[in-house]
Amino acid sequence: MSHTKTMPPEYYELLEQIQAIDFVLVELNLYLDTHPKDYDAIQQYNHFTYESKKLKKEFEKKFGPLMHFGRSYSSYPWNWDDTPWPWQV
Amino acid sequence: MWYYEKKLQYPVKVRECNPRLAKYLIEQYGGADGELSAALRYLNQRYTIPGKVVGLLNDIGTEEFAHLEMIATMIYKLTKDATPEQLEQAGLAPHYVNHDSALFYHNSAGNPWTAEYIQAKGDPIADIYEDIAAEEKARATYQWIINVSDDPELNDSLKFLREREIVHSQRFREAAQILIEERDKKIFF
Amino acid sequence: MEHTYTKYYYPYISPLDPCKPIIKKSYSTPPNLYLGFQPPNLPQYNTAKEALYKGTLWPALYDNYKKYSLRGDES
Repeated sequence: MSHTKTMPPEYYELLEQIQAIDFVLVELNLYLDTHPKDYDAIQQYNHFTYESKKLKKEFEKKFGPLMHFGRSYSSYPWNWDDTPWPWQV
Repeated sequence: MWYYEKKLQYPVKVRECNPRLAKYLIEQYGGADGELSAALRYLNQRYTIPGKVVGLLNDIGTEEFAHLEMIATMIYKLTKDATPEQLEQAGLAPHYVNHDSALFYHNSAGNPWTAEYIQAKGDPIADIYEDIAAEEKARATYQWIINVSDDPELNDSLKFLREREIVHSQRFREAAQILIEERDKKIFF
Repeated sequence: MEHTYTKYYYPYISPLDPCKPIIKKSYSTPPNLYLGFQPPNLPQYNTAKEALYKGTLWPALYDNYKKYSLRGDES
């Protein structure tokens, strides 16, 4: 169904921002797995978690759900497969 | 359980249709030191290792699935719409006659993925050292693939994956330290 | 302490070797081999995007691998 749809530059820009924020979260997460008492790193982790949620809300408003199984809201009709899959874009 | 998120961990761009590179990259898809092996190795070890390092195995194992998806994306893009002739010229005729352009969990020599690739000794030290070695082997494999690839955009994503192996190795080394030392008795930081 | 992330060695070369000899061979020794247990509050890259494109949050763990950078005779 998405064979005529081309994603606009804004899709790539927002996605890149999300990838960057979420990457910092992966790095801090692995670090905290071996440094569970680093207070500053935990604060930074929570700060980026907040930023990530905010960005994703904005992204999903424009481009549909990022996650399935109740982790994102759907509009009508069901729009999980409206946008292309990550390996297609 | 796991949730899927509709994004790659890192942007994957491919400059041109190049099935020859896909043939090399399949090593990191279904090869011994590839991302599938890594993900399954770590997630499988979670059940029989001290609690202090379970979180790390869980999280690195999960990240490896994101890397597997990046490798799959590279292979998909490198071979998408390639003609049987192009696949044949790239040495992929044996793959084509069996799978068309479907991905398959085998290495670049065509050997199917096997559980023999992932060790599980049940001994925490043996298993973590296995993981450190696995990360260094995957790092080396990325170096060799970058050396034979002439696609700068693809190499950018491969450099990212190589760097991730370095960070994972770092964390596994720390995990080994945690298992070796009686850290509960010390106050660190 | 500063470390190099590439090491070199000189393999034996026989007059009977058929391929053009690589006089100086090299191998990778990335920063994770030297850092030890990562100390807290290491400097980080300035932006999330920079961290993403480096593949790590901490410059201390970054190793810039270039194509053929391990071929000592070509660097």
